[in-house]
Amino acid sequence: MNEYKTEPLKSWKKAKELRQKYYEDYQNAHAKGGIRWTGGAWSFDAIPAGLGNDVYNITGEPYGASIAFDKKLSMECLEAAEAKGWARDLCSYMRNYWGSMYLNKYAFGGEYPQPDFCFQDHICCSHAKWYQHVAEYKKIPYFCIDVSVGPYKDLDEDRLMFVVNQMHESIEWLEKVTGRKYQDELLIEAVKNEMRSTSVWAEICYLNMNKPAPLDEKTMYSLYVHGTLAKHNKEIADFYEELRDEVKYRVDNNIAAIPDEKCRLMSDTQPPWGFLKVFRYLEKFGAISVGSLYTFGLIGIWENKPDGTWGPRTTPMQKGENITTRDQALRLLADWNLCKPEWQHFYDPNLKTEMMLQIVKQWKLDGVMLHLNRGCEGLSCGIMENRLGIAEAGVPVMTFEGNMGDEREFDEKRTVTRIDSFMETLGYDMQEETAKTA
Amino acid sequence: MITAGIDMGAKYVKVVILQDGTVKGKAIVLMGFDPLEAASACMKEAAEKAGIDPGTIDHITATGAGRKAAPNANSDITDVGAAAKGMVHVKEGVHTVIDVGAEEGRAIKIDAEGKVIDFAVNEKCAAGAGAFAESMSRALEVSLEEFGKLSLQSDKSIPMNAQCAVFAESEVVSLVHAKTPKRDISRAVHDAIASRIVSMVRRVGINNDIALIGGVSHNPGFVDAIQRSLETDLIVPEEPDYVSALGAAIVAGERNK
Repeated sequence: MNEYKTEPLKSWKKAKELRQKYYEDYQNAHAKGGIRWTGGAWSFDAIPAGLGNDVYNITGEPYGASIAFDKKLSMECLEAAEAKGWARDLCSYMRNYWGSMYLNKYAFGGEYPQPDFCFQDHICCSHAKWYQHVAEYKKIPYFCIDVSVGPYKDLDEDRLMFVVNQMHESIEWLEKVTGRKYQDELLIEAVKNEMRSTSVWAEICYLNMNKPAPLDEKTMYSLYVHGTLAKHNKEIADFYEELRDEVKYRVDNNIAAIPDEKCRLMSDTQPPWGFLKVFRYLEKFGAISVGSLYTFGLIGIWENKPDGTWGPRTTPMQKGENITTRDQALRLLADWNLCKPEWQHFYDPNLKTEMMLQIVKQWKLDGVMLHLNRGCEGLSCGIMENRLGIAEAGVPVMTFEGNMGDEREFDEKRTVTRIDSFMETLGYDMQEETAKTA
Repeated sequence: MITAGIDMGAKYVKVVILQDGTVKGKAIVLMGFDPLEAASACMKEAAEKAGIDPGTIDHITATGAGRKAAPNANSDITDVGAAAKGMVHVKEGVHTVIDVGAEEGRAIKIDAEGKVIDFAVNEKCAAGAGAFAESMSRALEVSLEEFGKLSLQSDKSIPMNAQCAVFAESEVVSLVHAKTPKRDISRAVHDAIASRIVSMVRRVGINNDIALIGGVSHNPGFVDAIQRSLETDLIVPEEPDYVSALGAAIVAGERNK
């Protein structure tokens, strides 16, 4: 029996168009005399934006995920990487990306578009080596910013300046390798856009506290991705504001992601991209994954509010602060990024457990599904300690093994069986009408 | 009221028939290549023992890996739920259930009513399940029954570290070539299975009493290995391989009301 009204997301078409445009812009940049660069989704993409309005990037993780979604292409890419001698237990995004590069196949058609330089930050060991190898293989310049200054709660002036000084150096490097004069006003604009897009994405996730949830996580994967592509981009910041308004409308009018929401869950780490249907399988029980620390905090920027809850971080612009200089922009950009939730637990799994329990409490969740993701050392590090912490807090938790980008590591049937057991322990049966056809 | 539980396991089908809560008949049949035929034969045999016509059964609940394919089932329950329900019926006071079958090992934490609080299942490793013990007994050219008893004759601990049944078999072959006595190899294999199971048990937490169910519980070498590893005695029901089918039959009764 349906309880809530549902309707398709109006922003969906635009989301798809924006994503397609992003990959096409990158592909066609050279034809228009523009610049192409590559790096990770957490690279400081606002910085190269100061080189001009014709600078286009491709971020490796969403690109690797796009390949993973295409199982045939992914297998070709993974095997190409293995043929070069790379081990199967390395980051699967990286192996998909490298395979695409070796095969000279672009996931969106045509040849792999050659980047002009790599611009990266050292968020994990894979990320540092990933683009170092791309740079060596493609014989292009490479710049990497070391961000290992510890968790945000311990940030002080010296630690902040360690990152900011490297940012200043990176701008000198960019001018040198491109021959272009850097424009501070473009940097300032990009920093403002990044703050806007990442704070508004957090606001969208915040709205998912509503019951019924206006968005399900499978849908959110197709929406948060824009922030992983080019969080500094005005089009993306504007799109997130439109999306936020639509999600708010859905909340105000009780428009649900699924019609019969009974059980609210969250997941953890990147999903197995080739098997997103497991999220649809949950719906057979009237269960919905409303998000995760990953979906909320990979791109979303949050802060602790005075009442102890988590909410979207207030931007300097909202505080009335005027950004006028390069140094000011870089300091704000560094501080903003270093408080990213998903960045914190690289230093201590307990920080992640605390954040996850905060989400459980604030989003009123019934359980947690942890993806023991063999494809990502960074986000999976300490995950069994998270499981222990969540279980000790009395929150039901299940684990399933898999890999975000290598389908050979994921056992769909056993995962579904495990979901059955978990839902049964939570006291939810498969809906009668779906049980007959499952 | 007559209810039945059918456990469509990876290797065997088990059926338990209850009449007003009392076990009236049970049967176990090798699964083979035709699950439907095996299930029907098992149900027929159990019904004959119970002295009833299978058509008079009010509600059948299926469990096990093949529960969705069980013929004539009115409902199903997961392996975890069935094991918990059955064990609480067999023995009160159990809070940890270890269920080891042909291809899966499970550790289940339950409350006094049999409600599942937490569970863990083996993943990407067959070296913690019954099929591994069977293949190792074949490698040593001894029967499965003898294989378990041999283990009890050994007092040596030989570590086997492979994370996969196939590679573990390579370790066994190396031990054979090194002229290691069969009893010591047998103990090494059982210790390896036990260590994989115990790591899952520790993951969900060890709360006394602890029960061991599933077909592998018939193997005294395994029971000994897991008790040594946990440093405690385990409750092993008389018919450990029927506990999940019994749990399913009890659930069938609850659902038929």
